[in-house]
Amino acid sequence: MRSFSESTRQQALAYLELYPKKEAALLPVLHLAQKEFGFIDDDAEVAVAELMGISPISVREVSNFYFMYHHHPIGKYHFQVCHNISCSIMGAETILGHLKKRWGIGNGERTADGRFSIERVECLACCDRGPALLVNQTLHTDLTPEKIDEIIETLR
Amino acid sequence: MPEYKLVSKNFDYPDQPELQAAVSRGAYEQWKRVLSEQIPPDKITEEVKTAKLRGQGGAGFPAGVKWGFVPKASRKPKYLCVNADEGEPGTFKDRKLLERDPHQMLEGIAIACYAVDIHTAFIYMRGEFYEPQRIVQQAIDDAVAAGLLGKNILDSGFDLNVIIHMGAGAYICGEETALLNSLEGWKGWPRLKPPFPAVVGAFRSPTVINNVETLSGVPHILRMGGEAFQKIGTEKDGGTKLFAVSGHVEKPGVYELTMGSSLKELIYDVCGGIKGGKKLKAVIPGGSSAPVLKPEEIDVPLEFESMAAAGTMLGSGAVIVMDETVSIPQIFMIMARFYAHESCGQCTQCREGCTWIYKISQKILAGQGKPSDIDLMLDLADNMNGKTVCPLGAAMAMPTIAFLNKFRGEFEGMMKN
Repeated sequence: MRSFSESTRQQALAYLELYPKKEAALLPVLHLAQKEFGFIDDDAEVAVAELMGISPISVREVSNFYFMYHHHPIGKYHFQVCHNISCSIMGAETILGHLKKRWGIGNGERTADGRFSIERVECLACCDRGPALLVNQTLHTDLTPEKIDEIIETLR
Repeated sequence: MPEYKLVSKNFDYPDQPELQAAVSRGAYEQWKRVLSEQIPPDKITEEVKTAKLRGQGGAGFPAGVKWGFVPKASRKPKYLCVNADEGEPGTFKDRKLLERDPHQMLEGIAIACYAVDIHTAFIYMRGEFYEPQRIVQQAIDDAVAAGLLGKNILDSGFDLNVIIHMGAGAYICGEETALLNSLEGWKGWPRLKPPFPAVVGAFRSPTVINNVETLSGVPHILRMGGEAFQKIGTEKDGGTKLFAVSGHVEKPGVYELTMGSSLKELIYDVCGGIKGGKKLKAVIPGGSSAPVLKPEEIDVPLEFESMAAAGTMLGSGAVIVMDETVSIPQIFMIMARFYAHESCGQCTQCREGCTWIYKISQKILAGQGKPSDIDLMLDLADNMNGKTVCPLGAAMAMPTIAFLNKFRGEFEGMMKN
């Protein structure tokens, strides 16, 4: 079983009040749950369902539909690399290749020490500054392998 | 060709997201005027119709007409949904509007809500927009504290609650009815229309859904008058449009042009031409759903109808420029991969068709394609085009048909005989 910390619980309950129907708070509450538990597994879904007073299957249907909800642990630093057209033209595959080689892991995997993970993602809406990636919530643009190494050094 | 800075005119001031700085440059002046002069709501809608302001998210539907569809006598509350789910590959103009001038959009939201008698606005923002979310939330909080939003705005008795709703990674939620389902806490499956959202929208209530850029234009219409706004653009497309240019140009970025400017001049004059003096190979003119143009086809006015006549679309104004080094079958595979990834799965022909085309495109890149694959993909595209609940099927089919027909030789060159 998983349970929310009191402060997260209060924040989630406040979301329910924002909407004409409490069910509408499901996406924001799932974001909170992921922040608290790191990823959304069966127990997290049940915790969300109980808090919101909805069925676990309604939570499952939504958590499985949206790509930002992870169902397995991700790295402390999650590298989301855009591989769409504009970033590809500017060298996204070079960036992905560099990360994979540096850590010896593939797309959707994380390093053995749990620090880093890689995910290919679709357009991040900063196509004029590609290749681009998100490290957790921080956007990095105009990437080169050298610049990637500098970013990683700051995360140690 | 002139750049014409209207909604982007304050992009270069780093302090523009701050309320006081924005107000010093004229933010909320029109909103205050609307309230102090008690301008009749219908008159505002009429001005927006006269302005020929079109939906800037991609579909180009006239904004004032959309507002006019909302039934006046509704006993249910009405809602505004701001579409900030910018995800069309190549598009990054809304990010700039949100990050660099949030108060301009908020003023547009306030005026739109007043015109349609709406008291709750949801900004549906894509989940990956962490920085835009932070900036816009701060802007909302500041505007509420200053009495420009919130309860009893400037003692007018008008209330407006503005709420940011974050998505969670799904391109389809930029489609307006999928957006509504996502807002209501469901998976983002598009709804059948009719009923249209103006009548049955969010929470079964009448709902206006407008793009960030569309709403950002509204204060300018009130400031200059609908007719003057229209005259900046063309007869049917008033005002300006933001173009997001990426790929192989010397100066990629967001540029604001009058409606009807030339695509060729945008690439060669405004953006400084092809990077490194290389030769142009292809241009995707309106986001990845827009059929590709060859170099000889780019001398076309940037407005909704001319682009349609050229067999493509203005779409979201996202221009992706590709030089001679680019492999079209490779770009095609990337595009197909995107739609296969983002198809919501509701309609069979889109779910299966996108994935099937993606698999064939991979096979061709691996040197395993056969000539009949091209006709197979065209057939799959035909089966999706206009035959699904929402336009995602067509958004895959149209560029598929264009890539395969216009660059057929390049695909065939990769195939075994």
